[in-house]
Amino acid sequence: MSSITKIFSPTIGRKVLMALTGLFLCVFLCEHLYGNLLLYYNDHGHQFELYTHILTRTLLIRIVEYVLFGSFIIHMIDALMLTINNKKARPIGYAMQKSSENSSWYSRNMGLTGSIILFFLIVHLRTFFFPHRFLGDTGSMFAEVVEAFKNPLYSGFYILSVIILGLHLNHGAQSAFHTLGLSNKSYAPIIKLCGTVFALIITLGFASVPVAFYFEFLK
Amino acid sequence: MSDTINLTLKIWRQKDASSPGKFETFKLDGVSTHMSFLEMMDVLNEKLIKENKEPIAFDHDCREGICGMCSMYINGRAHGPLKGTTTCQLHMRHFHDGQTITIEPWRAKGFPVIKDLVVDRNAFEIIMQAGGFVSVNTGSPADANAILIPNPIAEEAMDGAACIGCGACVATCKNASAMLFVSAKVSQLALLPQGQVERAERVMNMVKAMDEAGFGNCTNTGACEAECPKEVSVSHIARLNREYLMANLKNR
Ligand code: FES
Repeated sequence: MSSITKIFSPTIGRKVLMALTGLFLCVFLCEHLYGNLLLYYNDHGHQFELYTHILTRTLLIRIVEYVLFGSFIIHMIDALMLTINNKKARPIGYAMQKSSENSSWYSRNMGLTGSIILFFLIVHLRTFFFPHRFLGDTGSMFAEVVEAFKNPLYSGFYILSVIILGLHLNHGAQSAFHTLGLSNKSYAPIIKLCGTVFALIITLGFASVPVAFYFEFLK
Repeated sequence: MSDTINLTLKIWRQKDASSPGKFETFKLDGVSTHMSFLEMMDVLNEKLIKENKEPIAFDHDCREGICGMCSMYINGRAHGPLKGTTTCQLHMRHFHDGQTITIEPWRAKGFPVIKDLVVDRNAFEIIMQAGGFVSVNTGSPADANAILIPNPIAEEAMDGAACIGCGACVATCKNASAMLFVSAKVSQLALLPQGQVERAERVMNMVKAMDEAGFGNCTNTGACEAECPKEVSVSHIARLNREYLMANLKNR
């Protein structure tokens, strides 16, 4: 126990925790995206339903689900603690600060993008996950997806959220590698590029589904 | 093109560490564009002394960009608008006639203001004392080149050693994190054969001292590298993280 507190109490340890949970959440995003892209079979959600069915029936997935929730919570609490610490590190701010000259907007606003993602997540879970998982809803998940994306307001909110998620990932993914020490001068540009490509795949992949429904490419 | 410019200077004034400070505005006319920023400050101070006013306190020493003593947050940027330049090496030709220049001290809990633009950077010394050294036996000087070091490694260590400890990284970081400074100091010794004996202990102790000094946590925005007058790379921070994790694995 003491060695665990020793690693995680200093700031670098807490950031390693951010990085590890963040990367785990990235893996989850890939898995989620895979599920969503099954809709492109355009088979009235047959493959998609099959997939959700398997997910809810597999014990391992059920266990991983708890790890996933744990990761979300640790990622958020740790972020909050680090942010409070960071605010304390500069009690008096500058009258003039030209941050845009030396860093990107999205790298400086991970807390803001993260909070928006959290808000989206709550709405998103309420729409799809909670009714099925906890409220005994046994209806078709596909029907609910179709229903939800019929509402342009929900679709717009969804697309906006995955764009914000993309910005968060664009900084977060490469930053995680940096924090874990898995970067150096020659790998850094490659890791950055991979992070951006990953963020693009996630954003475009998720956002394409409501767009496809809107233009009735999927039905 | 005229060789002199007229400026309005908005400068942070603070009597001592415990007094609250405020901005004071000064007009300075006929500033030669060939002057360095610190020379411009000297001219202002001479004017203030002639007017029987308290001159503005600011840090400086070598005035040739190597000691790391000068600081100043100029118009929202550490060491002013130029890349890879200390305040003492910044010249007034980079400003234009009629411009208002806002000058603030470094802002960080780890760097409390002592007076006007002077901050206490002792925290960096404490971090260095915690491990930024190699222990050697004294005696007759060792032969040069007795220990072979491959050139790329020597170069990389030199890049870290280029850090002059001015604190611009802390000043510019949105989290007031000292990671670039600490990583440069850890890197230069971790890379070299002489630094191996204390390698794990060093990184643990220096990170501990850094945390205790009240600096924030790095969020990898890269602002430090962009504003560092010696352009120390954030890849040293990745190495610091790696060293720290490896030290934890080895030691415990
Ligand atoms: S006064 Fe020495 S670096 Fe500027």
